[in-house]
Amino acid sequence: MRLDYPTNVKIIRVPCTGKVDVMHMLRCFQKGADGVYCVGCLEGSCHYNAGNLRARERVGHVHNLLEEIGIEGDRVRMYNLSSGEGPTFANYAKEMTEHIKSLGPNPLKEKMKKAASA
Amino acid sequence: MIVAKRKPFEEIKEMLKGYKKVLNVGCGTCVSVCLAGGEKEVAILNAELDMARNLEDDPIEIHGQTVERQCDREYLAELDDIIKKEKFDALMSMACGVGIQFLAERFPDIPTFPGVDTTGLAVNQAVGWYEERCRSCSQCVLGITGGICPITMCAKGLFNGPCGGTNKGNCEISADQPCAWFKIHERLAAQGRLSSIRKINLARGWKDQIPRNLIQPGYKKPEKVS
Repeated sequence: MRLDYPTNVKIIRVPCTGKVDVMHMLRCFQKGADGVYCVGCLEGSCHYNAGNLRARERVGHVHNLLEEIGIEGDRVRMYNLSSGEGPTFANYAKEMTEHIKSLGPNPLKEKMKKAASA
Repeated sequence: MIVAKRKPFEEIKEMLKGYKKVLNVGCGTCVSVCLAGGEKEVAILNAELDMARNLEDDPIEIHGQTVERQCDREYLAELDDIIKKEKFDALMSMACGVGIQFLAERFPDIPTFPGVDTTGLAVNQAVGWYEERCRSCSQCVLGITGGICPITMCAKGLFNGPCGGTNKGNCEISADQPCAWFKIHERLAAQGRLSSIRKINLARGWKDQIPRNLIQPGYKKPEKVS
């Protein structure tokens, strides 16, 4: 299909979104990522029954943790699509990139830069 | 199993205010199973604290270590070297109240803070869902109550039948809270054992108001502990 999607999106492949742990997402922010989104199969069609539903719960949990920390919780999102929906995948990448751009960079990144130069 | 709930992040952050180097100690037994204070929860809390303190321009060096059990000396001993070497300003324990106290007792010179609120003795109804079943009152009456604890389940902890607040099988405190004595009656009636609650139970002895020490038969208090 040779579809274009923003180059800033770094893909980490997992066998199922059920594998994505709270700590994986938190670690991304700790290391300076501006946003994280999980793309799972459509709800109701998980090969492992509830992997994508668990991922949604965990994404929600990370949302709350980020808010507690003082980072916008909406920097983490969950999307669902089927494996045949390449254009939707590209659209989600664009949508998430635009959304994160509107929020600005991860506030921790600035602090990390300051600490490194000090 | 003992279950606990992680303290609100704001409370933890406030407790650790001013401390620059902290060791967060997890417990690999009960609180690990109830998803409150095991290795994973230690990592999550540490990441949260690290980020929050960085955002406040007050960085914290936070280490994590999870021992098998914080209520056993042999496992706490694993921390001796690291605590001696790293010179932490404070310790945080994510174990139950027992573990927190035992950790504080082993390292009395270092302030120790709780990372969780211990909530009780509970059963695992499903992953992440725990229901309290025992208040460890030291005088079990489950034999006469059909295996349903009136101390835990009855809001008043009544020993001899329901109060006037029982309402169609539920407690007056909430429609979601079943009446313990209604359930006890139902179960005993089904077993044909209603006679077991016809005799008067003596009032509870409040044996849980002072620390209860226990030495099992065949054991004695050692003259010296390590």
